Amino acid sequence: MSSQGLLRLCTRFYLLAFFAYLFMPLAVMGTAAFNASRFPTITPWQGFTLNWFAALYQDGQMWQALWTAIAVGLGVVALSVPIGIAAAFLIMELRSRARTLVYGVMVSPLLTPGVIIGISTLIFWRPYGVTGGVLLMILAQSSFIAAYVMLLVMARMQRFDRTLEEAALDLGASHLQVFRRITLPYLMPAVLAAAVLAFLQSFENYNTTVFVRGFDTTLTVYIASKVRTGVSPAINALGIILIAVTVLAAGLYELRRRAEARRAARQAPAAEAGPALAQPAV
Amino acid sequence: MTSIARRYGVGLTGAILALSAFWVVVMVVAPQLLMIDYSFRPNLPLPQRGGPEDSYTLANYLTLAGNKIHLKIFFKTIWASALVTLLTLAVCYPIAFYLAQVVAKQRAALLVLLLVIPFWINEIMRTFAWWIILAYNGPLNKILLGLGLIEEPVRYLSGNAGVIIGMVYAYILFMVFPLYNAIESLDRHQLEAARDLGAGWPRIHWRVVVPHAKPGIATGCIMTFMLAAGSYAVPALLGSPGSRWFTEIIYNWFFEGGNWNQGAAYALILLLLCLGFIIAMMKLFRVGLEDISR
Repeated sequence: MSSQGLLRLCTRFYLLAFFAYLFMPLAVMGTAAFNASRFPTITPWQGFTLNWFAALYQDGQMWQALWTAIAVGLGVVALSVPIGIAAAFLIMELRSRARTLVYGVMVSPLLTPGVIIGISTLIFWRPYGVTGGVLLMILAQSSFIAAYVMLLVMARMQRFDRTLEEAALDLGASHLQVFRRITLPYLMPAVLAAAVLAFLQSFENYNTTVFVRGFDTTLTVYIASKVRTGVSPAINALGIILIAVTVLAAGLYELRRRAEARRAARQAPAAEAGPALAQPAV
Repeated sequence: MTSIARRYGVGLTGAILALSAFWVVVMVVAPQLLMIDYSFRPNLPLPQRGGPEDSYTLANYLTLAGNKIHLKIFFKTIWASALVTLLTLAVCYPIAFYLAQVVAKQRAALLVLLLVIPFWINEIMRTFAWWIILAYNGPLNKILLGLGLIEEPVRYLSGNAGVIIGMVYAYILFMVFPLYNAIESLDRHQLEAARDLGAGWPRIHWRVVVPHAKPGIATGCIMTFMLAAGSYAVPALLGSPGSRWFTEIIYNWFFEGGNWNQGAAYALILLLLCLGFIIAMMKLFRVGLEDISR
């Protein structure tokens, strides 16, 4: 065999092994949800059952944790999205030194371990009588999730044609009108993506949440506590449902994104044919 | 500052500044500063706080130096996180190179989607999946026994092995994407030129691809190390009381020891460790902050 052929064979094998490694855990976890064994495992196989889904449905604590997680997630979206947009606007206006400094502080939560964000938030709010719970979870999670929102909004803003704003102002629109009718609609795809990302980040967060949760339990915290204290395959059933929901959501998102990309590709040649407007340096 | 008011008007500018200030000051900087302040104060009952005994001290930091068990766990956390980082780099480099340089663009997009799907799923769920696989009577032991590779089942979950395996899996994406972005910008002609000049594959990677991908390697390593050293979820699920992680000690100071000041000092030590690693990598690979947070 030629060395080229050998290389190709090795590559094939590596790819297969890599993607097996990636998906095997999910397959094992999903399969265990249908095993009649009292314990989540696939070895030994004790017969097919759907009982664990019924057990999950009747788990009151699970439902409670799910509602808490959704409430926290929505709270994080409501807080971090406006903050992220505002911060992106501010950064775009700053120059040189100030920009570097403020930008550095704003992205620093992304480079800070989650437990530390949780701890500092917990300590900060104690003197004001705010103890662990839904509110503190929202504050702590938003402090780093807002940075993701800011980065997403900034990426889209860099391609924004500012002359549109100026034209609207010259034609007599108020600043608020310009923001609502021109800037915000342009940013909308990034804002929506950021909102979805913020919710998902909040929903799955554990490291930060565990320090600021007080006596409230989110779904992620609930799953972790189950694994530590005695787990039943009902958790696997929950895993399958979460996988199904996320894959479905990801699929829809991807389809929408592609449709949008196609539309943009169709519009782009027309836009380029128009008069070239000088972009302000950012 | 006047330009922003001219662009957005006074009302909107006020909202922009207020929201940004609330985030930076109240949610990020002040809590961190207060945590530092906490870490230098003794843990006193409420009435004595602010009294004569409430003065700055290094006692909370010296606790770590004097506690052999905690010190051991601290150093274990460092080397294990470094090992996780290295293993993740080794697992991810080939796939990143393949996606960025070998395969056609459209196929690469499909593979990237495949790569991302497992990471849409809750980290706790993915870690739980490894808990099932690595269990004493679990499938991995069954397979290895069946193949005759081991004679007795291995207890992965009572040592550090389970934690390290789980972490490598959990952080793949944070390593693949920086690597992929960096390698993708390499001109394919450079690879061909190197090959035409007689370089073998190992040499091409070492002398052409790796130097070009430096910023990506640095970013991936920083993210992975930070996530590993700061993880509470993976060691809590896949570790045991005998293989505790430094974050678990911090957690215990807060919620079992009830000594927040001591916990804050330990948390700050963890933060300094991560900061030290970030600075070392940035110096070593000569990359800036803007490269990392992209």
